[in-house]
Amino acid sequence: MSAVVDTHGHDHSHEHGHGHHGGYGGIMRWITTTNHKDIGTLYLWFSFIMFMTGGAMAMAIRLELFQPGIQFFNPDLFNQFTTMHGLIMVFGAIMPVFVGFANWQIPMMIGAPDMAFARLNNWSFWLLPFAATLLVLSFFMPGGAPGVGWTLYAPLTVQMGIGMDLTIFAVHLLGMSSILGSINIITTILNMRAPGMTLMRMPLFVWTWLITAYLLVAVMPVLAGAVTMTLTDRHFGTSFFNASGGGDPVLYQHIFWFFGHPEVYIIALPGFGVISQVIPAFSRKPLFGYASMVYATSAIAILSFIVWAHHMYTVGMPVTGQLFFMYATILIAVPTGVKVFNWVATMWRGSLTFETPMLFACGFLFMFTLGGMTGLVLALVPVDIQLQDTYYVVAHFHYVMVAGALFAAFAGIYFWIPKWTGKMYDETLGKIHFWLTLIFFNMIFFVQHFLGLAGMPRRIPDYPLIFETWNKISSIGAFGMGLTQLLFLYVVLKCIRSGPPAPAKPWEGADSLEWTHLPTPVPYHTWETPPVLK
Amino acid sequence: MNVKKENRRLSLRLAIVALGMFAFGFALVPFYDQICAAVGLNSLVEKSDRPANSQVDATRTVTIELDSNTATGLPWQFRPLLRHVKVHPGEMTTVEYEIVNTRSERITGQAVASYGPQFAGEYFKKIECFCFTHQTLEAGETRRLPVVFVIDPKLPRSVNSIALSYTFFEVAGRDGKS
Repeated sequence: MSAVVDTHGHDHSHEHGHGHHGGYGGIMRWITTTNHKDIGTLYLWFSFIMFMTGGAMAMAIRLELFQPGIQFFNPDLFNQFTTMHGLIMVFGAIMPVFVGFANWQIPMMIGAPDMAFARLNNWSFWLLPFAATLLVLSFFMPGGAPGVGWTLYAPLTVQMGIGMDLTIFAVHLLGMSSILGSINIITTILNMRAPGMTLMRMPLFVWTWLITAYLLVAVMPVLAGAVTMTLTDRHFGTSFFNASGGGDPVLYQHIFWFFGHPEVYIIALPGFGVISQVIPAFSRKPLFGYASMVYATSAIAILSFIVWAHHMYTVGMPVTGQLFFMYATILIAVPTGVKVFNWVATMWRGSLTFETPMLFACGFLFMFTLGGMTGLVLALVPVDIQLQDTYYVVAHFHYVMVAGALFAAFAGIYFWIPKWTGKMYDETLGKIHFWLTLIFFNMIFFVQHFLGLAGMPRRIPDYPLIFETWNKISSIGAFGMGLTQLLFLYVVLKCIRSGPPAPAKPWEGADSLEWTHLPTPVPYHTWETPPVLK
Repeated sequence: MNVKKENRRLSLRLAIVALGMFAFGFALVPFYDQICAAVGLNSLVEKSDRPANSQVDATRTVTIELDSNTATGLPWQFRPLLRHVKVHPGEMTTVEYEIVNTRSERITGQAVASYGPQFAGEYFKKIECFCFTHQTLEAGETRRLPVVFVIDPKLPRSVNSIALSYTFFEVAGRDGKS
């Protein structure tokens, strides 16, 4: 992407007679950039690198689970892989990819010249590579990376080696980056809209990000608090989670999941936003029930604060507590159902075409709904007591994280890459990428439902012989899915280097400002004079 | 510029919200304790209420096996003076433990009780116990610690032996040492 943005900036500077990056070239341009498009690009590439890193760990996990017995990694290293896979994918891949979209799209969609705080934006991004380095460095510390699971549960975290401290600092940095980024996004959306762009006329992608940013400001500090308590328990003699000092490990779980459940929607909502742009464009119809989409998104966000204990039904809470959290969780299915209904209703009687972005959006619709269904199953206390910590849970959250968030991200990249680069990607290869990803994804995770129902526990490097067949299928799917993403890298690079020029509006039904009012490729600076919407 | 001022004001407010939520995370700690106390969870180190029925049930005898452990790294010798006692449900009994601090420095510890079978814990009413508070031992100090308890006569008849096990953990940082 970088090369292309460069060229366009170049074209642009010819047109307007000024350079765009303050005289810096090469690497310094990227380090010092305050342009929202450059920073968006940095976020996208960063998240792709993290996606491949976390993916490599996932393949290492599946390699070990290919056969029963211990073949490749000792259980300690296996635990470190599961932990780091989770942390890197959540904080390094999925969250930054949507911040990348936010940076590119929000100013263009609302008619703002840039983000509200351009320098802060630069800093929000550049905290991330340091955090990622700390996470990866922890593997080389004595005792290795933390092997405690991505949830960083006490009391294990209190006992781990120095790798745990690096992870805690990494989480601090990641949290700081997210909070600063969110403050920037909220300020941009609330204060920098073009005249006439009222809140209820904003594209839904912008709405979902506004709500997500509020969630981030509300819960990332709570996570920072939880890991700070872990840090002081480890080194400064406090006993927040230390039973011998009057603390309680279960307290950690409450604090963590108070962050953790809204976090689920922080990951999902921007994906919902992308899908809400893509489906109307390829149905050639406006989004069905725009207002109800906005209200449903807000309802999901508010409800997400009162359901956290459904992650911990088995810690020993009163039945009243279990019932409350069960009903509250089931209630979330209502606004989510509204959204799924609206997407389907948008497609109803539309003149549909199925280019790659739409294929990913449809894949999202089917797979995410399936993940939502298993989520409802797990919300039921008696069922959850049986299924918690089995592969059924693993299958469930990968259906919402991978087939939900990741598919939405792919849909968004294929959708906007012609706008960003001015070049078309290879449609055939894009479709192959979609179908291979879909098939391999289901190979990995559909069978894990069976493993979980049969009682195979998660986060264990070994299993009894009876589970072998499904594990083999799952592992083969994992290797396939990993390799398929190299094809995605090839499609993107090919598009940037030698893609044919994209038409000004490659998608007939796209109707937000960046498609209707800006040239393709977008110039380096846009909306220096805000558009006026009537 | 007007927008710049507005932006600064809004970002400041959001930053205050973020700081407030950081504090909220810590506020969850006492809040959690209050909730636990209100619904009667987590009462491992709380005094038990005296049993309502103080009638001694002399028709049966329960053997209490006394066990003691120290967590890794705590240089204390910790043992019960008796290995086991036989008691009637409803009868108030006193047993003693002995701890010796073998290190040449002051150390604070906290004992945590567990029961075998686990459910017997709720019939094991402790009136006085060294596990209710931190214990601080000077260098080389030896101390005898009593436990006064009553077995609730409502204990199911199928239980005729209960293991009472204490584990001492070091309370780090108390004495400027982690």
